[in-house]
Amino acid sequence: MAAVHFHNVTLGYDRHPAVHHLNGEIAPGALVAVIGPNGAGKSTLLRGIVGILRPLDGSIHLGGLDSRDIAYLPQSADIDRSFPISVFDFVATGLWRATGLFGGIGKAAREKILRTIASVGLNGFENRTIGTLSGGQMQRVLFARVLLQDARLIVLDEPFNAIDSKTTADLLALVKHWHSEGRTVLAALHDMEMVRTHFAETLILARGPVAWGPTAEVLTPENLLVAMRMCEAFDDSAAACAADDARSRAA
Amino acid sequence: MVYDALIGPFTEFEFMRRALAAVIALSLAGAPIGVFLMLRRMSLVGDAMAHAILPGAAVGFLLSGLNLFAMTAGGLIAGFAVAILSGLVARSTGLKEDASLATFYLASLALGVTIVSIKGTNIDLLHVLFGNILAMDDQTLLVVAFNATVTLLVLAVIYRPLVIESVDPLFLRTVSRAGGPAHLAFLALVVINLVNGFQALGTLLAVGLMILPAGIARFWSRDLTVMICIAVVAAAVSGYAGLVLSFQTRVPSGPAIILVATVFYIVSVLFGRVGGIVRQLFPGRHLEA
Repeated sequence: MAAVHFHNVTLGYDRHPAVHHLNGEIAPGALVAVIGPNGAGKSTLLRGIVGILRPLDGSIHLGGLDSRDIAYLPQSADIDRSFPISVFDFVATGLWRATGLFGGIGKAAREKILRTIASVGLNGFENRTIGTLSGGQMQRVLFARVLLQDARLIVLDEPFNAIDSKTTADLLALVKHWHSEGRTVLAALHDMEMVRTHFAETLILARGPVAWGPTAEVLTPENLLVAMRMCEAFDDSAAACAADDARSRAA
Repeated sequence: MVYDALIGPFTEFEFMRRALAAVIALSLAGAPIGVFLMLRRMSLVGDAMAHAILPGAAVGFLLSGLNLFAMTAGGLIAGFAVAILSGLVARSTGLKEDASLATFYLASLALGVTIVSIKGTNIDLLHVLFGNILAMDDQTLLVVAFNATVTLLVLAVIYRPLVIESVDPLFLRTVSRAGGPAHLAFLALVVINLVNGFQALGTLLAVGLMILPAGIARFWSRDLTVMICIAVVAAAVSGYAGLVLSFQTRVPSGPAIILVATVFYIVSVLFGRVGGIVRQLFPGRHLEA
């Protein structure tokens, strides 16, 4: 059974589609890059998958996964860095699945949190408040939380934006480690070289799907050109989408 | 001499002991709520909610006279209605919470004033406006203590989602549905504590014993737990000192308490360890790492 199954999904805002009529599936354990120009609907698609945006049409099936099996790293995390919370406590929230509202954090869990923080290279940062971290350090903290979430489906939205090459290499190694553990990983990316080298499967998105399959076959200049020419239409007087009518007539 | 000034009033007069008990109960419950209001950038929301409670209390007063239960119930209903409706509108439409709240509390205020004017009586709402902590009877004190207990219990239940929702609401949305209920429960706690405060300090100053101690705490610690503890202590000490000041100088008790808290606040702004002005002007030599 597919980890994620898209059935004629249209996602968008206020009736305007940002991802239009997407069909397909992501196999369990796949490592998929989602690429496309700005405004192509990458973030929207990921928000749809993790369930914080309801499809305007069609459906997304997660093959029995519920929200606790998904770890999501949004692009511009809506995090209040001024809130007085330590790196340790922040990363510890990744254990929500195990602790819930009241569950305590015992000795074993504490050690696990400390190990996780160390594994993203932030040894000694445990008691720092998150407001004192640099952008790269904060991204490491977010990855540490994803690590602790121990999720079967990991969704990363442009996780290497504005991150230096050393941090990128460290975090990319984590992504590949997750893949080797059999987790399904989906990442929206801009770095074509990284996609070509490290991601076996690629979805090129330009509001609708341009191409989807093995990276070597999909990542062609022709496909990228089609994606680049994407029309960022947002027409207030647009008519209702006729694709569904056509589809039902064809059926 | 010192004993007579600082402890004597409380050993001698029962109303002072009641007032002290009330102010400690208010501090224990209100100050932590104030810390969250401040950290969630909702300090002025507390003020707006205090306005929303006023007409509810006025309606209770109109219906059954100076009956604290009726006024409390009226205040709670008005406050809850405004808190929950504005919360729901903000969550379901994407309208910012402050804009949503402003609309509802203005409507609530207008409705209250209209009801009062239709009745046409010249009502003395001074008690509601400014409270009187020195006139607390046993029943009122019990209501205050009960509300404070409920507040602490509910806060314990929603503490974890409330903290996560304050830092990273999107994360909480992806792992749990607790964010919405925790937020609404928090707004309810704000209302309960404002109603609690108006018994003692009146609607206009009720929010003072929540926000000022939170502001004080912000200047002394970067740790949330420590911040909450400092806020509670600051509120209780302000309450105690305010009562003594009020007793010795015949200044009204509510304003005396808030003025003492204000003095602590000014001292904190000047000398606080975390971001205090003096600390910023004379930071000492920079460190090696």
